[in-house]
Amino acid sequence: MAGIPHDRYEPKSGMERWLHRRLPIVSLLYDTLMIPTPRNLNWMWIWGIVLTFCLVHQIVTGIVLAMHYTPHADMAFASIEHIMRNVNSGWALRYLHTNGASLFFLAAYFHLFRGLYYGSYKEPREITWIIGMLIYVLMMATAFMGYVLPWGQMSFWAATVISGLFGAIPGIGDTIQTWLLGGPAVDNATLNRFFSLHYLLPFVIAGLVVVHIWAFHTTGNNNPTGVEVRRTSRAEVDRDTVPFWPYFVIKDLFALAVILTVFFAIIGFMPNYFGHPDNYIEANPLATPEHIVPEWYFLPFYAILRAFTSDVWIVQLTSFITGGIIGAKFFGVIAMFGSIFVMILVPWLDTSYVRSGRYRPMFKWWFALLVLDFIVLTWAGSRPAEGIYAIIALAGAAYWFIFFLIVLPILGVLEKPLKQPKTIEEDFRAHYPAVKDTATLSR
Amino acid sequence: MEHSMAHKHVVILSALFLGFASSCLAAGSEVHIEDVSFSFEGPFGTFDQQQLQRGLVVYQEVCAACHGLRYVPFRTLGDEGGVGLSANAVKAFASNFEIFDAELDDFRPAIPTDHFPENDSVGAPDLSLMTKARAGFHGPAGTGLAQLLRGSGGPEYLASILVNYTGEEKEEAGSILYENTAFSGGWLSMAPPLSDGLVEYADGSPNSAHDLAMDVTAFLTWAAEPKMMVRKRMGLTAVALLILLSVLLYLTNKRLWAPIKNQRET
Repeated sequence: MAGIPHDRYEPKSGMERWLHRRLPIVSLLYDTLMIPTPRNLNWMWIWGIVLTFCLVHQIVTGIVLAMHYTPHADMAFASIEHIMRNVNSGWALRYLHTNGASLFFLAAYFHLFRGLYYGSYKEPREITWIIGMLIYVLMMATAFMGYVLPWGQMSFWAATVISGLFGAIPGIGDTIQTWLLGGPAVDNATLNRFFSLHYLLPFVIAGLVVVHIWAFHTTGNNNPTGVEVRRTSRAEVDRDTVPFWPYFVIKDLFALAVILTVFFAIIGFMPNYFGHPDNYIEANPLATPEHIVPEWYFLPFYAILRAFTSDVWIVQLTSFITGGIIGAKFFGVIAMFGSIFVMILVPWLDTSYVRSGRYRPMFKWWFALLVLDFIVLTWAGSRPAEGIYAIIALAGAAYWFIFFLIVLPILGVLEKPLKQPKTIEEDFRAHYPAVKDTATLSR
Repeated sequence: MEHSMAHKHVVILSALFLGFASSCLAAGSEVHIEDVSFSFEGPFGTFDQQQLQRGLVVYQEVCAACHGLRYVPFRTLGDEGGVGLSANAVKAFASNFEIFDAELDDFRPAIPTDHFPENDSVGAPDLSLMTKARAGFHGPAGTGLAQLLRGSGGPEYLASILVNYTGEEKEEAGSILYENTAFSGGWLSMAPPLSDGLVEYADGSPNSAHDLAMDVTAFLTWAAEPKMMVRKRMGLTAVALLILLSVLLYLTNKRLWAPIKNQRET
């Protein structure tokens, strides 16, 4: 791997040299683990490990669950109860898997907002960012299809509502929706293909995770200062970084252990907290639930989807210009996908040459407002789309786009950044001053 | 400083997320569900075996007339941490129910490996998962934060709906509806199922309508989550071990980083 100079694997014994000439796999693992990592990374840099853990955890529990699950409209719900009641520790596997999805998304959101705040998407890490966003989109597809598998009321009706989004595409919508569902409505064919894809996509995600790691191991990690590691000599590199193993492996494992403590408390004491009660009622195409809501991690985007109703001026204007082709429903769909798409474009929307939000006095506040906006949208998405909730959702959706499309490009011009440290070492020493003599060291 | 700041943010954000996570549980018109206390609540709560056995009797004598329990096998009545009947008692209990056997093409008395029969004679919902399929607590402001402390409120909802009839009736589209303050919408097609002394317990336990409601709700909570005891035990073990692991990793990390953080001037 190119990038920062560091320790490389040297095959010593005859056996090692033999293997190394044929397959340098030990070298690959060694160089990956010993990658120089900025020593000033804070606790927001632990989510990568948590996410890696989540992916492996979901794949392992998922594979075992698939051994006991029946993807058939008449048997799926009963097979879940079979897992919960008859399979040895089946209840544990299922609760781990369903709550694992929540942990996965929680970690992804922390990871994503960390990247936004510290400018981890900026040159030269654009590819890392885009791969990350692709992973996120695949995660959403995988989680959505997984939620359909228990074939409860929310499973069924969420699938109906979300597949209806594709039906909103003018002209070809109905055809696409029928093709996706494998029939005119959500039914056995839908359940079967969702099961197949829910099993497949995690492995695609795993492949992309490798590319994601490869990309940022090439550029080197970002860090809270956004200042690059000096790489002209090994001595300088050593003053800015420490090897990933053991320093960050142990730090990240500590953080993971704390997070898993909370995670297992949820599994043990409130495993249905993140679920919806209606999903313990078997799917019934004839009875629509009072209030259809997606899982919590989709709520901000669900709020944006529903925010643009036909009485909003921008929707009316768009409808007028396009001669009614883009109506309120399709506008909402565009807004929802657009809200994710603007995040993909963020490396080019942000015009500031300063990476870290720490040295951007104005950006800080706009960013804090974005985080608040995300939380408010999550809440608004869970409420009925009427009255004050509709207004809050619309304001939240508007700010989301204003932040990415207007605030970010303009800030780079208007803002006067604070002074950045020259090196990572300088920042690290500001927190942990160098010790003068041995007397103070022993204190 | 930066570290502790970032850490504090993580904690605050986690709390917010946990709260909003179940906000989706809030649906429909708000009805007030009283937070009655059950023995199985909280991390250390356990099922009261005697209560589950009483609740089983209430189910059999009252609920089973209209409601099924299709996902619950009779054999699980003998499971530890649940109703805890003896093998013979399970066999005797099962034989009270008639099951349709596809091979015989006829009805026969149930055996322990059978499930409780389905029952949609009057279109009443199956009760196997009822305490998990309902939630009683949604607030504040639909955030679901209340559930962090009080639980989902499914059992409370069930216990309330069994006794919260006002006595008012009305006829609508040829069927009689009964007013119930725990029911969203206010009018329910289930007639008041319980009354004081409706079921006589063999051991003479109190049997007011409220007692019967509490007992059958406890039984149905077991029916919906028969592995609750083993789940909580696993939770306590896992949390204890993970706290220990966290402490060890914290100390390891601290020691590992000490020379890096206290590097001497060069």
